[in-house]
Amino acid sequence: MADNQQLFQFLLRMGDNTLILGHRVSEWCGHSPILEEDIALANTALDLIGQTQMWLELAGEVQGEGKSADDLAFLRDVWDFRNVLLTEVPNGDFGRTMMRQFLFDAWHSIMLGRLLKSSDSRIAEIAAKASKEVAYHLERSGDTVVGLGDGTEESHARMQEALDYLWPYVGEMFASDDIDAAMVQAGIAPDPAGLRDEYDALVGRFLTEATLTIPDNNWAHKGGRTGAMHTEHLGHLLTQMQWLQRAYPGASW
Amino acid sequence: MEQPSVEQVWEWLDAVPDPEIPVISLVDLGIIRDVAWEGETLTVAVTPTYSGCPATSIINMDIETALRGHGIEKLELKRQLSPPWTTDWLSDKGRARLEEYGIAPPQPAGGPTRCPHCGGTHLEKLSQFGSTPCKAQWRCRDCLEPFDYFKCI
Repeated sequence: MADNQQLFQFLLRMGDNTLILGHRVSEWCGHSPILEEDIALANTALDLIGQTQMWLELAGEVQGEGKSADDLAFLRDVWDFRNVLLTEVPNGDFGRTMMRQFLFDAWHSIMLGRLLKSSDSRIAEIAAKASKEVAYHLERSGDTVVGLGDGTEESHARMQEALDYLWPYVGEMFASDDIDAAMVQAGIAPDPAGLRDEYDALVGRFLTEATLTIPDNNWAHKGGRTGAMHTEHLGHLLTQMQWLQRAYPGASW
Repeated sequence: MEQPSVEQVWEWLDAVPDPEIPVISLVDLGIIRDVAWEGETLTVAVTPTYSGCPATSIINMDIETALRGHGIEKLELKRQLSPPWTTDWLSDKGRARLEEYGIAPPQPAGGPTRCPHCGGTHLEKLSQFGSTPCKAQWRCRDCLEPFDYFKCI
């Protein structure tokens, strides 16, 4: 049986992924190439932040120290975050943002699909809610990657550059450790490593249609989901995201 | 005061408009999942449409304000995640009102059947995401007007 500390870590991984990516995507608000894309990105960010509320609320409950989702989001420092590095890398251009979204959405949709059958009903309920939203995210990010990849010479070059830059961050999503083993044992969550084949098939289908080439090298940056080492970008993100709660502790609407 | 019936409470809730789309009620939207008396306390189970929908907290406040206005003193609002909200729960009355208001109601096929302005059937999708999480943007190629489509989830 998984202990609460391990379950807490698993929930942080789910909630921190959506929190950090949601914040990154929200940085586009008011800056996108066209209005429709601006609205779509803001909506995606909103869904991710909503899902964060559910994951971190449950994480706080499991931790049992009376912490709310807001406490966990705004009052932890870099080392306590458990998101994969992919979610914290800077947005880059619109193409890179959409490629990052696609690489994450593909993993997210497969992961949530498995969590629907979690032995923990609270997790299955969140997954059921979130997976419906993520189906729309993947549809859009996948279409956009295909449209830009198989687009003009310039858009194709930028998408290939984005894929080359981001591919080394993909492997971390499938790096299993003791916490994952405990989750598998308890029937709470799947082994991330076991999702890789399905992921490669799904991502490969879109990227082939996008006329893009997946880099040969599967070497992966790691350290985000274990908390061992984040990129320098996360600290900068947190200074902005957490500023208000740090400057005015306890401030509320 | 005498305890109002559950049916009565449903009627009251059917008069509370959705804050984003005020032509339909919270009951039409299908987000009120249960109304029950637990002893002296009235419990209302509400399910969110989209997990990040900013209207959720306003909706809870509107429910509370409406029911307190009808003299309910002990009230508990519960968030119910499962089963997750689906556009299948929109009432027929709600669907008709959406269309009158200029929002194409959700269709099983995944796209609107006709333009809510002119009834035209030559339609194109502009974006799967719209002005609120629950809507997509479409355009009618007959009257050239853009319109919102309440997307299926």
